Amino acid sequence: MALKSKGFPNRLGIWGWLGGGRWGAERYLYTLHRLTGLGLLAYFLLHIVVTSARAFSDAAWSRAMSQVSGPFFKFGEYLVFLAFCFHAINGIRLGLVELGIAVGKPIEPVYPYRTSVDVQRPLALAALATAFVLAVIGTISMWSD
Amino acid sequence: MMRDQKLWAWHLIAGAVILIFLGVHMLTMHMEGVIKIQSLNPASVGHVDKAKIPQAGDRTSDEGDIHPIDWANVRARGVRTLYMTGYIVLLGAALFHGLYGLRNILFELNPAVWLKKTLSALLLLLGLGLFVYGAWAAVMARAVARAWKM
Repeated sequence: MALKSKGFPNRLGIWGWLGGGRWGAERYLYTLHRLTGLGLLAYFLLHIVVTSARAFSDAAWSRAMSQVSGPFFKFGEYLVFLAFCFHAINGIRLGLVELGIAVGKPIEPVYPYRTSVDVQRPLALAALATAFVLAVIGTISMWSD
Repeated sequence: MMRDQKLWAWHLIAGAVILIFLGVHMLTMHMEGVIKIQSLNPASVGHVDKAKIPQAGDRTSDEGDIHPIDWANVRARGVRTLYMTGYIVLLGAALFHGLYGLRNILFELNPAVWLKKTLSALLLLLGLGLFVYGAWAAVMARAVARAWKM
């Protein structure tokens, strides 16, 4: 027999998305992953439309690019790049954790209880460090023009 | 495997595909100043006569550099079938990954069943519509790039 969801209301609402409560730093990485994901999606949907100008002519492309140039758009593009760096590297971390890599071996639940989050912490730090390095390379590249 | 498990597995697979293709895209667009790979921006490196590419934008004549988004580079990448195919694969993977992720976030608010079905249908329509439009643009861009003469 198929299980049917009882559909309990999500009483925490938006705070249920954003707040980490007592769940630690990784919970805030999850929040940031969602926020950057939503930002990247919004940008991507517009990006499809803007870059389709190249399908018409070189003049249409130049016109479209001149409409999204200037410091405001450049800064926005830079934020998108930073969001990509975090979302991509944190996504690799989430994929590894989902596959059971770097979460440690199961242990007996003996008091004082230990959490696997501590085992995952080095992976989270490595992911943040990698994203930071990528962001620095992109920053130098984008702002050195 | 239940339907949602399958969709979640596809979500992860799409993420891996995006990582590769968007990684190349980011290398091309945002890291060119530090990591230069000629095949990504063919017009930026090598022996291009800059006087022959007036459509590359004002920036070219002002600063002497050809930017990754200047027409010369867009055209040089666009003529390649590999790039066109890559754009379409990236488009499909990113649309699925992004819109399925958005669907999951919205579903966590436990909307009514009818609203869930409506949201799913709307996101599916949006994704399919943008995929068809984006894929058409990639194919047409290749034709325009091939027909373009210096």
